[in-house]
Amino acid sequence: MKTATDTAIDRLTARAAEEGLLDVAYATTDSPFGPLLLAQTRRGLVRVGLPNQDSDELLVDLAARVSPRVLEAPAELDEVRRELDLYFEGKLDHFDLPLDWRLSGGFRQRVLRAINRIPYGQTRSYTEMARKAGNERAVRAAGTACGSNPIPLVVPCHRVLRSGGALGGYGGGLPMKQALLELEGVLDEKSST
Amino acid sequence: MPPFQTVLDEHSAAVMAILRGAVGKDGAEDCFQETFLAALRAYPKLVDARNLRGWLLTIAHRKAIDHHRANGRQPIPVAEVAEVAVENGMPEPDQRLWAAVGALPPKQRAAVALRYGSDLPHGEIAAALGCSPEAARRSLHEGLKRLRKELA
Repeated sequence: MKTATDTAIDRLTARAAEEGLLDVAYATTDSPFGPLLLAQTRRGLVRVGLPNQDSDELLVDLAARVSPRVLEAPAELDEVRRELDLYFEGKLDHFDLPLDWRLSGGFRQRVLRAINRIPYGQTRSYTEMARKAGNERAVRAAGTACGSNPIPLVVPCHRVLRSGGALGGYGGGLPMKQALLELEGVLDEKSST
Repeated sequence: MPPFQTVLDEHSAAVMAILRGAVGKDGAEDCFQETFLAALRAYPKLVDARNLRGWLLTIAHRKAIDHHRANGRQPIPVAEVAEVAVENGMPEPDQRLWAAVGALPPKQRAAVALRYGSDLPHGEIAAALGCSPEAARRSLHEGLKRLRKELA
């Protein structure tokens, strides 16, 4: 049951948003892999925390790197949640969400923007991503950029594989990467071992 | 600074309780909003995160004073003291006393409110006011002396 203080907090969050005092709005949402943390600024989606990542740590990091005005505001993330739900049901092949890229800079951001253009159900190699970002030889750095992707799922770093077709790595764990590629019809369950 | 949500989670119940005591149940909700909006506005510029509770209670105290002022609750001399209705076994805050507290100089007013409204120990009052514990004790003592005289 909601206490009077809970209701007061809900109203406070709404007023903070109205008055431009909500710099980072966040919410958690369920996914087939476990709970996800979603965080958004006025520019757009800034962070997606995967189930194996510590939400409290991510929020402390956002407070330090974006703004300490961080509030739980589920209503602000309704559209993000809606699109993710559809994606997990296999009913959405393109996210139409504004993104805030500020947590990655330079080469990493170029790699992530290139990844963001890989179409649903297709894969690319780390080498191709390095080339697209302007430095073909920086394959290892491109791999690091994938690994540090602050907006996984929506920026589809799970579509980047090793040149030979091996899965490579994934921040949410390899079983999750494999399941996402299966969902998108890239891998079928027998061929992937 | 920790994420503001953490501050809200840890201290909202205490702030609400104190405001209920200071302005009553009806005014507490508005004062709560004003307190946390003011805190949220100032938060990124706050330099010391060690006493967030004291900081919030100081803001809450100021908002309670504003509330009393806005409602224009001045003491009215009466021949007999009216019986005050009691709700939930808790007497409503004494308006005449609060008006007198509101009329104290700022430091004394804050010290009295933090000690008796918020039940803070001297050390925390000092931290909230940004002075030494000795100075906080002195402000409290002076404030109480003045209240006794005013209300005698």
